[in-house]
Amino acid sequence: MSSHQGAAGVQEPLEVFRVLRDDGTLDPEHDPGLTTEEVVEIYRGLVLTRTLDQRLTALQRQGRIGFHVGSLGEEAAILGSTYAMRDTDWIFPCYREFGSALMRGLSLQKFLDNMFGNANDTVKGRQMPDHYTCREKRWGSISSPVGTQITQAVGFAWAAKIDGKDIATLTYFGDGATSSPEFHSGMNFAGVFKVPTVFFCRNNGWAISVPTERQTASATFAQKADAYGVVGVRVDGNDLFAVIAATRQAVERAARGEGPTLIEALTYRMGGHSTSDDPLRYRGDEQLEPWAARDPIERVRHHLTRLGAWDDEREAACIADVDARFKQAVAVAEQTPPPPLESMFEDVYESPPWHLVEQREQLIQGPRAPKSH
Amino acid sequence: MPQMNMVQAINDALRVAMRRDKRVVLLGEDVGKVGGVFRVTAGLFDEFGDARVIDTPLSEGGIIGAAVGMAMYGLVPIPEIQFADFIWPAYDQIVNELAKYRYRSGGEYPVSMVIRTPVGGGIRGGHYHSQHPEAHFVCVPGLKVVIPSNAYDAKGLLLSAIADPDPVLFFEPKRVYRAAKGEVPEGEYTVPLSSAAVVRAGDDVTVLAYGAMLYEALDASAKAQQQGVHCEVIDLRTLWPVDIDTILRSVEKTGRLVIVHEAPRTGGYGAELVSLVCEKAFYHLQAPPVRVTGFDTPFPYTLETEYMPLSHRILPAVLQVARA
Ligand SMILES: Cc1ncc(C[n+]2csc(CCOP(=O)(O)OP(=O)(O)O)c2C)c(N)n1
Ligand SMILES: [Mg+2]
Repeated sequence: MSSHQGAAGVQEPLEVFRVLRDDGTLDPEHDPGLTTEEVVEIYRGLVLTRTLDQRLTALQRQGRIGFHVGSLGEEAAILGSTYAMRDTDWIFPCYREFGSALMRGLSLQKFLDNMFGNANDTVKGRQMPDHYTCREKRWGSISSPVGTQITQAVGFAWAAKIDGKDIATLTYFGDGATSSPEFHSGMNFAGVFKVPTVFFCRNNGWAISVPTERQTASATFAQKADAYGVVGVRVDGNDLFAVIAATRQAVERAARGEGPTLIEALTYRMGGHSTSDDPLRYRGDEQLEPWAARDPIERVRHHLTRLGAWDDEREAACIADVDARFKQAVAVAEQTPPPPLESMFEDVYESPPWHLVEQREQLIQGPRAPKSH
Repeated sequence: MPQMNMVQAINDALRVAMRRDKRVVLLGEDVGKVGGVFRVTAGLFDEFGDARVIDTPLSEGGIIGAAVGMAMYGLVPIPEIQFADFIWPAYDQIVNELAKYRYRSGGEYPVSMVIRTPVGGGIRGGHYHSQHPEAHFVCVPGLKVVIPSNAYDAKGLLLSAIADPDPVLFFEPKRVYRAAKGEVPEGEYTVPLSSAAVVRAGDDVTVLAYGAMLYEALDASAKAQQQGVHCEVIDLRTLWPVDIDTILRSVEKTGRLVIVHEAPRTGGYGAELVSLVCEKAFYHLQAPPVRVTGFDTPFPYTLETEYMPLSHRILPAVLQVARA
């Protein structure tokens, strides 16, 4: 999969960690040892994530929501890593991990309330779709500026360490974000202070239209860990079991006080960057073929089918269930009114100073904006 | 004359500059093969190749810092920051390096370039794809700040900015990227920096606006006219150094001033304009100046049209100032 080969290629690329074999069996040496029921549960999450992606993209095309940034092809990397974290650990997301939030317990309704930016949205209609928050489930607040969550995840875990608590953080970011100063500062701080953070790089081949070769001349992203005195591993990001095993090892290392790990998950962005992007302008569909053949969800289905734990009937029922819940949640979200005008002035400060009180009155007393623009 | 929207006009200006001068290079995120997320650099990669139209790693500080070095060498870099909201990792390079180079090196290293970046709200972009941060740059000595409102000015101002010996931050109001259509001459022409345009003449109230809000100011002024209030609407075009003469000439005539901008009110560019007018034309004023601006909150998503200083908020301000 040549798009992952760096330009220079002088260093020997790290080996790619795999567990799930092409025949659907697991490498017994690295099998993370999940029960079949547990795998089925995660599989349902994978199907949920992908089905939602498709349905949300359709809603955007119909003009019912403004935007969606999906995770087509990256589901196993996202759900596997979140699954491997302990409930007591905290997640510092990028913007492409709604599957992680749902797995942690963000309700489908709350997620859709955010997609519609309505009065029940956890972020009160202040941010774009896919920028929700879920503190209750130890799941962070999403920011668009690339990379900013990385140093914050380090600070949070470092604070827990100072406080003597066994808490790790997992932070998600893309291949593009490895070029941001936040990645380098985060890795450096975590290395110096042996901070219990798992740096999870979704190497999906692209930063909008810019391919990975433009982000680094290193043969791999994982090897950047070396320069910071951090452990680096490469994992097949389309192998659910390898992602779980590698992330668990990283958490265990963190819990033993051995500090951070950088995981580079090799995966592929099968869709556009977001609904605003047309990938055909910069890549051909043929580039997707090798990755389609290694689809992360189909590989788990193959594994489960072999065990007799899944079949077409259950698949159809699972998707029908997602669709029914989705329809219901969309109906509620669409009928929920927008946030009230005064909400614009809340949470700027803990309580509004005089000038915001004055401006709030001006807005409320003033004329209303035209509905559309 | 060809009809162009602002995206096409800026694209045309870049092409003109690159054809006449091999030293001009573009760099930024997604500016190359895909031609920019707003298609402003479309076709330039194909015409000028990847050594002059450069997709960079994702680092705004890297983009501007490297552009400073390129400029010191003698190239004419035109870096793009994909959204003004993402300019902050480059703020250090812009404020402490680019803007101060000439001064701090005793004139030995004058560094100039044009930094292009889309600004503003009204595209359902929420906090991080809507901000209008001109106030953070107008206050930086050594930096010029430009913002066109239409296609003709966009091309002419950009060509002036590229030829200018000082660094220029060139804001592109993305809400009207495609809507602001008009006749644009082929080839070379310039619109001078630091020259405002009186786009509607009137004797009662001076309205200062720029970028996408110019159209809102014009809409409100047309409605005010129906109520007998005649606005003089000025498109500032260059925010700094601002065309003070045009502003004063108008205020001395009308005695009344309304300023419109999208950015939050407090510490906003409007405050500077009010100060200037008070310092230089206080005794001509017949009413307190009024600012119609974004509120002092982060830019919201669902309520964006309520947040922005659109025509429905400008009109009452104009009438109030006219009747005060
Ligand atoms: C600081 C900053 N610069 C630019 C952008 C615009 N932008 C949004 S996503 C993106 C690409 C990110 O690529 P990557 O880190 O690989 O993550 P992916 O989207 O592939 O998951 C860019 C350039 C941004 N959000 N923040
Ligand atoms: Mg990527």
